[in-house]
Amino acid sequence: MGYPHPSHPKETVVLSQYFGDPEARGYDGWVKRGGYVALRKALGMTRDAIIEEVKASGLRGRGGAGFPTGLKWSFMPKEVTRPHYLVCNADESEPGTFKDREIMRWTPHAMIEGCAIAAYAIGAERCYIYIRGEFTDPLRIVSAAVEEAYAHGALGADAFGSGKRIDMVLHRGAGAYICGEETAMMNSIEGKRGNPRIKPPFPAAAGLFGMPTTINNVETLTAVPHILNRGAAWYKGLCLGNPKSTGTKLISICGHVQRPGNYEVTMGTPLKDILYDMAGGPKPGRTFKAVIPGGSSVPIMTREEAEAALFDYEGIVEKGSMLGSAGMIVMDDTTDMVYQIWRLARFYAHESCAQCTQCREGTAWTTKILERILAGKGKQEDFQLLLDLSENMTGKTICVLSDSCAAPVVSGIQKFRSEFEAYIAGAREPALAAV
Amino acid sequence: MSAHSTQGGRDTHTAPHEPVFTGDTRARLERLFALYPTKQACLLPALWMVQEVRGWISESAIGEVAEVLDLTPAYVKGVVTFYTMYHTHPVGRHFIQVCTTSPCNICGAEDVVKALLQATGCGELGATSPDGRFTVIEVECLGACGFATPILVDDDFIESVTPDTVPGILLRYP
Repeated sequence: MGYPHPSHPKETVVLSQYFGDPEARGYDGWVKRGGYVALRKALGMTRDAIIEEVKASGLRGRGGAGFPTGLKWSFMPKEVTRPHYLVCNADESEPGTFKDREIMRWTPHAMIEGCAIAAYAIGAERCYIYIRGEFTDPLRIVSAAVEEAYAHGALGADAFGSGKRIDMVLHRGAGAYICGEETAMMNSIEGKRGNPRIKPPFPAAAGLFGMPTTINNVETLTAVPHILNRGAAWYKGLCLGNPKSTGTKLISICGHVQRPGNYEVTMGTPLKDILYDMAGGPKPGRTFKAVIPGGSSVPIMTREEAEAALFDYEGIVEKGSMLGSAGMIVMDDTTDMVYQIWRLARFYAHESCAQCTQCREGTAWTTKILERILAGKGKQEDFQLLLDLSENMTGKTICVLSDSCAAPVVSGIQKFRSEFEAYIAGAREPALAAV
Repeated sequence: MSAHSTQGGRDTHTAPHEPVFTGDTRARLERLFALYPTKQACLLPALWMVQEVRGWISESAIGEVAEVLDLTPAYVKGVVTFYTMYHTHPVGRHFIQVCTTSPCNICGAEDVVKALLQATGCGELGATSPDGRFTVIEVECLGACGFATPILVDDDFIESVTPDTVPGILLRYP
């Protein structure tokens, strides 16, 4: 099924098969659809065998970074001499991204099953599911599903009679984009401000409560039961040419398209098919101007770049951007690029945790300069100033929030410079009042 | 629950402070202690409980939370003010959060904000309407970009709001 649209023939429906099917939400409905077979199977396997299977599948982190999942799990200590933790990152907050929300709303047990398998594989008896505070429906639905999973013996002191303990705790966020960063999330669970931590130590060595910890995104964990059920070779085979990017990916498309929503494609699908066939192309009489393909933190692509790209980790990099979370923001020819880049900079300035000077000052300063340009008070020197600031905000801070602010600014100036020039030259009406 | 509680479970009295963590709420807190290896980790859930019972988190509530979790009030305040969803002052009976980040912005979110400010009588962002019914704020990405513009009214997540649908939505929140 599809949601909110029927599945498109060019989609490869795996994770999203039951989106829109309310019966898939309950434990019995999920079991009827093949649920919890993979967990039973996993509990009969060795931890190493599960990790090897996930490694062989080529699954990479679906939250944005694209790090190989099996490899991440293998960093956890082999011997469990102190508590290990799994954290499920359900803090989906990257502008343009709304895929984990649908997984949680329609197939919460798929996520819980993936969490349980991963917890067992890394030697963790407890998994914290960190759901952003604003996601009231997913919180309610996942909470009910966790209770059901306990009632049916899938979770608890003796998961499915295996003698293994798997506990799951929901932790509600309280409004902070930065808590989606893995070390900030650990601080937030510990009852602290969501400030990212300096790495090393990496979470697998000293993470949540100082213990070995693995953090995975909702979509990553939800793919795991499918890999165990159908085999690594099947998953690896879901790939249109580039063996470094395998499996399916949920894409959230929003903005100026006819059919916004979630679509699931095999890695390597032409981006043009996604934009025009699945999402229905631009609204009548309009043309696309720009695409931000991986959530707001990645460089902006021009229409030409986007139309020529293959949708996988390497394919998007080749055309100058990144796959990120695959939250795709599409902008048509009516869009004021300077105004939208300012709006994104304002987002990062608001969400900066303010630990690092380059980020705290840089995001705010960038926002103010863009405001000045939009108010018709910009100067030619502002281009260089914005680029200098961006350089100082890239690769110099504890986390990548300020890098993410720089990405749309730098790519925006490179690709849509004439729109900035128009404001500076007074050829365009100011969009903001002077401050 | 406090004797001053309103029907909706919200208490906007500022003084004197009546403890939140008594009876059932205290029992819920005690159950939380088993889910985390430290008491400090119960801070975010404890703050949610305060907001659920009293509608906002006052200085005295911060003091109480600090006491039940063996933390200092200054530490708790530092955490409360980091997160945007905790109210550090009383808000209207219904709290409205509107997403205005880029994906919603290009789909008309600013017009939704204007419609809400006008229809609620709030006039400006962050203000409470004179009848005490609504407070409206702008928030960053609510994570439902394909359903622009999403708003949260209290705990109700409402998708695809337009200026035209605003009056009808507000009718559901007396």
